[in-house]
Amino acid sequence: MTTQATGGVTRASVKAKASRPASKGWPKWVLGLIGIVVFLGLWELMPVVGLVQAKYLPPASEVIAALILDLGLTAFWVAVWDTMLAWLIGLVIAVVAALVLGLVIGMSPFLRHLTNSSIEFLRPIPSVALIPLAVLLFGIKLESSLLLIVYACFWQVLIQVLYGVADVDNVAMQTARSYGFSYVQRVRDVVFPTMLPYLMTGIRLAASVALILAITAELLIGSPGLGKEIALAQSGGAISGMYALILATGFLGVGINAVTRIVEKRVLSWHPSVRGEATV
Amino acid sequence: MKTLKSVGFLLGLPIILLLWWWLATSGAPNFFVPTPAKLLTTFVETWIGERLITDVLPSIMRLVVGVLAAIVLGIVLGLAVGLNRTMRAVTEPVFEFFRALPPPVLVPVLMLLVGINDGMKIAVIISGCIWPVLLNTIEGVRSIDPVQNETSRSYGISGFARIRYQILPSATPTIMAGVRQALSIGLILMVISEMFASSSGLGFTIVQFQRSFAVPEMWSGIVVLGLIGVALSFIFQAVERRVLRWYHGLKEVENAV
Repeated sequence: MTTQATGGVTRASVKAKASRPASKGWPKWVLGLIGIVVFLGLWELMPVVGLVQAKYLPPASEVIAALILDLGLTAFWVAVWDTMLAWLIGLVIAVVAALVLGLVIGMSPFLRHLTNSSIEFLRPIPSVALIPLAVLLFGIKLESSLLLIVYACFWQVLIQVLYGVADVDNVAMQTARSYGFSYVQRVRDVVFPTMLPYLMTGIRLAASVALILAITAELLIGSPGLGKEIALAQSGGAISGMYALILATGFLGVGINAVTRIVEKRVLSWHPSVRGEATV
Repeated sequence: MKTLKSVGFLLGLPIILLLWWWLATSGAPNFFVPTPAKLLTTFVETWIGERLITDVLPSIMRLVVGVLAAIVLGIVLGLAVGLNRTMRAVTEPVFEFFRALPPPVLVPVLMLLVGINDGMKIAVIISGCIWPVLLNTIEGVRSIDPVQNETSRSYGISGFARIRYQILPSATPTIMAGVRQALSIGLILMVISEMFASSSGLGFTIVQFQRSFAVPEMWSGIVVLGLIGVALSFIFQAVERRVLRWYHGLKEVENAV
C-alpha cells in the first residue's frame, strides 16, 4: 500500500540521481543478479561447509534440479492448478461481495455508522482461527480453503472500498444530485472512478493474502494443492523435493505480485497517480 | 442525545446480530453452532483458569517476542540496506522473493532446521514477520525527500544523529505500515506453528477440541483468537497514533489547505 503511495516520490528521486553526471557503477539489474548469485552461493556452501546438515538443507543445486524435475511432472502442475483454482475462486467471491457491500454501506452515512463497530471488531479476527470450523464443516475439500480465503480477503477489499467511497468529492456528488442522477448513475459515474484506485489496492493486497491462505489450508487441512504436496514431501523425507515445492510457491507469489501490479497500472492508466508517475 | 445516538450506532448492529444468533439457535439445537449462553459458559469454563497460564500466555509470549524481534531486526537491517544504493540493488530481487513466499511454508522448513520447540515457533514468527518491516524500512529510507538529505548534509548532521533525527522519523510512516502487516502475519504464524507441531498452546488446543468434536469449546477458542486479534489491533492503533502524531497533524494541515 505504502510502496505504491510513495511510488511517485521515489521515481522522481531516482530520476534526479540518474541524471547526475556522476552516475557511477553497474546497472541495477546486474547488481540484482549478483545478489541472487551470492544468495545461491551461500545456500550451496552452507551444507557443504557443515553449517547445517545436508539432510535438512540440501545445497541449492540439488533443490533447483529437483524443481526442474518437478516442472516435467503432471502431478506438480495438477497441484499448482488446484492451488491457483482455490486462489482465484476465493479472490473473486471476496472481491465481488466486498465491492457490493462496500458500495451499499459506503453510500449511506446511516449504514456506515451502524456497521463501523462490527467491522472494526470482525476485521482483526485472524482467518486461521476458522481452520477448525472449516475442517468440521467441509473436511479436506476445496470449500475449506475457500472459507479461509474469502474471510481474509473480504475485509482487505471491504475496508479499501469504504475508504474509496468516503473519498468521493462532496461537490461532485452534489452536482450529480442536482443534475438528477439516479442511484445507479451516481455509483457508476461519480463513486466508481474515485473508488477504483482504492479497490485496486485492496485487490492487490487480497491477491497475496489469498495465496498465503490457500497454501495454509493445504498445509494444515490437507485440501489438494502445493501446500499438501509440501506437507507430504516433508513427512515422506523427500527434503529436496520439499524445498523445490517451496521455491515454486515463492515464484507463484512473485508472479501474482507482478500480474496484479501490471493490471493495476493498466486499469488506472487514466488516473493521475499513475499518469503522474509516467510523466515525471 | 448525541451520546445516546453514538452509543446506539456503536451497539446497534452487534445487538441485532446477537439476537439473531440467539433466535436462530434457541429453537432447534444445532450441532455446529452453540447458543450464545452455552458459548459464554463454555468460554469461562475452558479459558479462565489453568489453561490461561499453560496455553494462552505462552502463546502470547512467543508472539510478542517474535514480533518485537522481527521489528527490531527489520528496522536495523532495513536501515543498513536502505542507506546504501548498491546494497539496495543487490538485495532487492532476493528480498522480493522472500516477501512473496507465503510465510506458512516456513513452518515445515524450520521444523527440520531448528526442531520442534519454542525456538522453532519464535523463529517461524520472526522469519515471517521480518519481510514487511524490512522492505518497508528500505522503501521508507529510499523515498526520503532529497532536500531533507541535502539539508542534513549541509548542516553537518551525520552518523547516529542523522539516523536518529532525520532518517528514522521520515521513514516511520512507511515502517508503521509494515509493522501493521507484520502483526497480522505474526498472529497467523503463531496459530499455524502450534497447529502443525506442538503439544501445547492456543492453536494446538483448538485443533484438539475440533478433533474430539467438542464444538462449543472449539468456538470458544475461535473467540479467544478473535479477542487477541482485536486487542493487537487496538494496541497498534494506540501506538501508531502516539508515534505518528506529528505525521497525522501534518496531513491534516496539508488536506485543509
